[in-house]
Amino acid sequence: MSMKSFQPFCDALNRRQFIKQASIGLGTAALTGSMSPLIASAQPGLHFPAKAKRVIFLFMAGAPSQLDLFDYKPGLEKLHGQALPKSISQGQRVTTMTRGKKQEICSSIFKFAPQGQSGLVMSELLPNLSKHADDICMIKSTHTEAINHDPAKTFFCTGSEMPGKASMGSWLSYGLGSMNKDLPDFVVLSSAFWSGKVNVQALYSRLWGTGYLPGRHQGIAFQSVGDPVLFLSNPKGVDRKARHKMMDFVAKVNAEQETITGDPEISTSIAQQEMAFRMQTSVPELTDLKQESQATLDMYGPDVGKTGSFARNCLLARRMAERDVRFIQLFHRGWDHHTRLPANLRGQARDVDQPISGLLTDLKQRGLLDDTLVVFAGEFGRTTYAQNMDLSDRENYGRDHHPRCFTTWMAGGGIKGGMSYGQTDDFCYNVVQDPVHVRDLHATMFHQLGIDHNKLIFPYQGLDQRLTGVEKATVVRDILA
Amino acid sequence: MKTPFLNYLAVIVCLIVTQILAAADSINFNRDIRPILSDKCFHCHGPDEGDREKDLRLDIPDGKFGALTPRDDYSIITPGELEESELWFRIVSEYEDEVMPPSKSRKTALNEGEVALFKKWIEEGAEYQDFWAFIPPEKSAPASIIDSDWNGNSIDNRVMAQLESKGLLPKSEADKRTLIRRLTFDLTGLPPTFEEIEAFIGDKSPAAYENLVDRLLGKEAYGEHMARYWADLVRLGDTNGMHKDFHRDFSTYRDWIIRSFNENLPFDDFIRYQVAGDLYEDPILDQLVASGFNRLHMIIDKGTALPEESLHKNVLDRVEAFGTAFLGLTVQCAQCHDHKYDPITQKDFYQLYAFFNNFGGGAETVRRPVRGLQPPFINLATPKQNQQLASFEAAKQRLDLELESMDRRQRLTEKWGDFDNKVSVPWIWNDAKAESKSVEFRATLSLEAVPDVAMVRYVGASRAEVEINGEALGEARSENKSIVAEVTNLLKAGKNEIIAKATGQAGFAFILEYRIGSETFNFVSDSQWQAKSRGESDWGTVRMVQELAKKNDWMTNVRTREAHDILNRIEASEKNSVVFLESIPAAMIMSEMDPPRQATLLVGGAYDAPDDAVERNTPSFLPPMDAKEGMYSRMDLAEWLVAPNHPLTARVTINRFWQQLFGVGIVKTSEDFGAQGEWPSNPQLLDDLALGFMESGWDVKHLIRGIVISNTYRQSSDALREEFEEDPENRMLARGSRYRMDAEMIRDQVLAVSGQLNTAMYGKSVKPPQPPGLWEMVSMDAPFTYVADEDDKIFRRSLYTYWRRGMPPPQMTIMNAPSREFCVARRERTNTPLQALLLMNEEEYFKAAKTMAKAILDETQDTAMGLSLAYEKITSHKPEPKRLELMESVLGDFSELYSNDQDLTESLTPELGAERFDRRVEVAAWTMMTHSLLNLELAKVRR
Repeated sequence: MSMKSFQPFCDALNRRQFIKQASIGLGTAALTGSMSPLIASAQPGLHFPAKAKRVIFLFMAGAPSQLDLFDYKPGLEKLHGQALPKSISQGQRVTTMTRGKKQEICSSIFKFAPQGQSGLVMSELLPNLSKHADDICMIKSTHTEAINHDPAKTFFCTGSEMPGKASMGSWLSYGLGSMNKDLPDFVVLSSAFWSGKVNVQALYSRLWGTGYLPGRHQGIAFQSVGDPVLFLSNPKGVDRKARHKMMDFVAKVNAEQETITGDPEISTSIAQQEMAFRMQTSVPELTDLKQESQATLDMYGPDVGKTGSFARNCLLARRMAERDVRFIQLFHRGWDHHTRLPANLRGQARDVDQPISGLLTDLKQRGLLDDTLVVFAGEFGRTTYAQNMDLSDRENYGRDHHPRCFTTWMAGGGIKGGMSYGQTDDFCYNVVQDPVHVRDLHATMFHQLGIDHNKLIFPYQGLDQRLTGVEKATVVRDILA
Repeated sequence: MKTPFLNYLAVIVCLIVTQILAAADSINFNRDIRPILSDKCFHCHGPDEGDREKDLRLDIPDGKFGALTPRDDYSIITPGELEESELWFRIVSEYEDEVMPPSKSRKTALNEGEVALFKKWIEEGAEYQDFWAFIPPEKSAPASIIDSDWNGNSIDNRVMAQLESKGLLPKSEADKRTLIRRLTFDLTGLPPTFEEIEAFIGDKSPAAYENLVDRLLGKEAYGEHMARYWADLVRLGDTNGMHKDFHRDFSTYRDWIIRSFNENLPFDDFIRYQVAGDLYEDPILDQLVASGFNRLHMIIDKGTALPEESLHKNVLDRVEAFGTAFLGLTVQCAQCHDHKYDPITQKDFYQLYAFFNNFGGGAETVRRPVRGLQPPFINLATPKQNQQLASFEAAKQRLDLELESMDRRQRLTEKWGDFDNKVSVPWIWNDAKAESKSVEFRATLSLEAVPDVAMVRYVGASRAEVEINGEALGEARSENKSIVAEVTNLLKAGKNEIIAKATGQAGFAFILEYRIGSETFNFVSDSQWQAKSRGESDWGTVRMVQELAKKNDWMTNVRTREAHDILNRIEASEKNSVVFLESIPAAMIMSEMDPPRQATLLVGGAYDAPDDAVERNTPSFLPPMDAKEGMYSRMDLAEWLVAPNHPLTARVTINRFWQQLFGVGIVKTSEDFGAQGEWPSNPQLLDDLALGFMESGWDVKHLIRGIVISNTYRQSSDALREEFEEDPENRMLARGSRYRMDAEMIRDQVLAVSGQLNTAMYGKSVKPPQPPGLWEMVSMDAPFTYVADEDDKIFRRSLYTYWRRGMPPPQMTIMNAPSREFCVARRERTNTPLQALLLMNEEEYFKAAKTMAKAILDETQDTAMGLSLAYEKITSHKPEPKRLELMESVLGDFSELYSNDQDLTESLTPELGAERFDRRVEVAAWTMMTHSLLNLELAKVRR
């Protein structure tokens, strides 16, 4: 099917056609108004068969240091404290924080070792994740343009540094529709606390916004305080019976009104109210962890008991994956380590190491990892040269922003495990082999979900808008299983 | 489930049929052919030189690359000769290497309907037209129509001509209640009051409707309502939108917009003031305030960004706003390359850019800008406010003098004792390991004797305060700034109570060192002082303790308690003066530098890749500016916009007003009048209105009055299901429009009908309650907590609600309000479960239902009368007997439900603890009744 015809179909569908047939009963998936015609067919995927049905995107906001976690550069130890050769840096742009300052090479103080059968090398800060080395494909040659958090995060999440574009999850919701009848397609879970204490960077709701796409594809940010979904609970003094009574009355009057005015949109409203009513039970059921066994809870580590922890969000992500939420995006902040990187990174790594490991194990045990794509990424990398370094104190160094190379990884969803893809130079400054731009990562992610990134478009402002924009993006085929 | 494919096919068939039907008329290039060419072909065969293939331009007929220009041995298009036209063969070819658009182009092939259109076009002579939106609107004679009732008004004439040509009939006029509700919402954003409805129904004069229109246009709420649409268009927000998303104060600009609409400032001046108000010879205040339009872009605060890049981004944002708001064009597409679809070259773009790159102020704001202002701005303090400011200053100077007059011995303690680097941990802290972001620790320190001297130093990850024996020592506000104080006088022999409060990221460190005789003791906070315990380790706290300990001269030159007191008073005075200062209105304005900053082309749009220099000018495909010696100014640009021969400005403007009154514009893509935009549903109507608007002196009230008194506007919106399906967006206007009201109208209505609406106008933005945790979820620092206002400010109209761009109010965004990070000319309208949840459960909305229920109970004890009253207040209609009956029965059900559930009743009416139970049941049941009514379609939909 051509996209040109797909798009008006969705609109028309949302408006009337689909609701018309579904508005009588409550039970059909159509009530979300966002089913794709293709999901109805046996083979999911919009343009070709999909390897993955859903994505869990672990976004490490603030940019973790690839040099201290993934991209091992043993050669730097003997260069520690020396100036970065000009032949490497080529006078390239740096932030105002290190502009005009010496660029002293700084090796990592952390130990690295090969892990698993594949021998994928990881830092000692990730002892639990290391056990999953054979599930993971590390992309060491990821790169982007922006050198500051705000545009870089906006780019990673929406494919453009300028605000106003649609986010990854919105695209998937728009392109693939909904797989479940009473939960949103795209959920955002943001850690309420983290260990990194320096320079905590802001987030913006645009990172999960719809931009020009219809608003129903917006990411729903689950809250760690109060209702998990905004305005989910009935006001005090209203119970399920009273709510039901109220809805009966409203639906009845609305239906009468529809016979007078003829507007089919009224049916949609009735259906949406009913969906809201169902969410009042489906969402609490989703966030209630009482049914989880102690063994499961233990896998995610001690923080799983704390509301708003990354660990709990990982567990929630698995529960959402089970319930076929399409795109689950976790944000964990606190990675912006310009100073005192070792201490801060230890804390941050501890925040995520066991929870992610638990998540991968749990998904695998339940057979969900095969069709769930797990992605781990920050908005860019960090510099090989130090910032705020005290040569006499190895604990005391930081690293500045570095968009030219950083490490991301993927697991599950038809991605090869135990693989390292792309290479950086001996300084971890430039990519020397198999560069993967963030938009290539986007294209690859879409590909696994059965989407040709070139064809998933939305006409707006005179352009066929797409997540990967107007520049060429390439699926990284070498990492596909 | 039924397969949706059938429906899908039905839709496609409909589309094709529509297109084939269109083809039955003769082909209109701009309507039928250009959109397809633009979408499928211009990318490679269009205006952009960089991507042009085969030296072919399908956007123009003639010239070297033109589509009708014969090639050596073939022709792309031979008018009238299908078989002699290469284009025809290419679009119908079955061979993958021949067919156009090529499969690798990411464009899909033409569908049957489109192919049919091309066939007919070529056969009819392949006539090209200049692009309609770039040709000035033209006067044309009224159409001849059969229905003479519709001839009195030029709008009706055009609409009826179209209806008759399609064989459609209009609807009759809506009933009076519907009309007054529609009109009052459309013109003021609020529902009509009881009395207004009664008065209108009672007014039997033929001019009753016109009088109502004039009365509404004279209300101040009109300006507020109009300003709201403008706020979306120009992305009016209350914060920077980037990095730390600091406060940015545009309330004065907002207030100017409201006043301009109310005073009916001619719209050409409205444009001039905003584009170039600062450039009037002797600008009046309004002109300066309005020039703040150029400052509404997102802006980053000083930090890691590169100032030259920030500057570039600001200019881009400014140009984009100019393009969207006034030209209705996506000029920004040409920042990296020539526009793919419109004839905007990259040079055109940077010539336009050159008007806006000469801003005299900084490219970034300081961190935490005082008053949310960044120079240049004008201060609008009254003389009295200036006096008050002067008195604050005087008080501060007095205190400064007092401090200086203390001699050094009085002011500073002597250096004493080397700090012992070793950390001992004798404290026992209770209530530790809290999880919340606000924690309090208490400890008791037992001393055998009063120390000779004691010093304390403490620091928090974000904010921390310490009290010793009830005496507060001040707030430490960041990790980098510890508080040091001498506390000798506060300690006593025996038990000393120490309380520490930490909020935000509640990591905390504290050292107290005291000397008794020759011995020095020190105490430090231990691991339990970290609110977020990490289980096995307390690294966060320990790090901070070490940080304090490292500086072993920390006791040097510490102020004495007396000096500290004065400092505290200075600080308090400064705080008061800042609070006062922040209440004073001011406005950021536009300014120019002299000599001006040179603009250049930027290769690929990169800020650090300058190319040839460019001079200020307007896009070449639009009418040229008047010739001038020297450089064009922004004022010249403003004058050019509002010149009578400008093809876009008036059309774009009236189209948005039309959209506001009918739910969709005559040009649906009100943000894009370029080649990729939509063909106007009624081109002559658009041109009539644009010309009439300019002739009237850009009189907005006149325009709006003309539209709303038309028969077209006054039609009933009730129609057959088939009619909705045939024309869901009501483009043909064969009925009145129906659509869900915007977020602000829904909230303002809730406030109005419950009698809570605070109609105060103007001033700083206000913060009605919102669910907790939203700002914290995105903020960089703990102080960015949303603190709701408490008084009747929370009942102000939604236009005044504080709009944080990084996390706008959910009551608004859930209902499709934009984030105000970028310009939005039209909101979309979705219908989602989250909207249903909002209207059902938002606390303030529910409280309003209760307030309303009580008011009705106070007004009447007659159930039927009360129900009727509630219904009418909320829907502007009286309930039919059958509906009233239904309401009575539902109210009975609610009463029964609550009378059988004491807990539920009590939790719904906690404020009525002293009242009898049956009174509480009554309030609960009526609350559910008004709440139900507020959730009806009748309440939410403009119809």
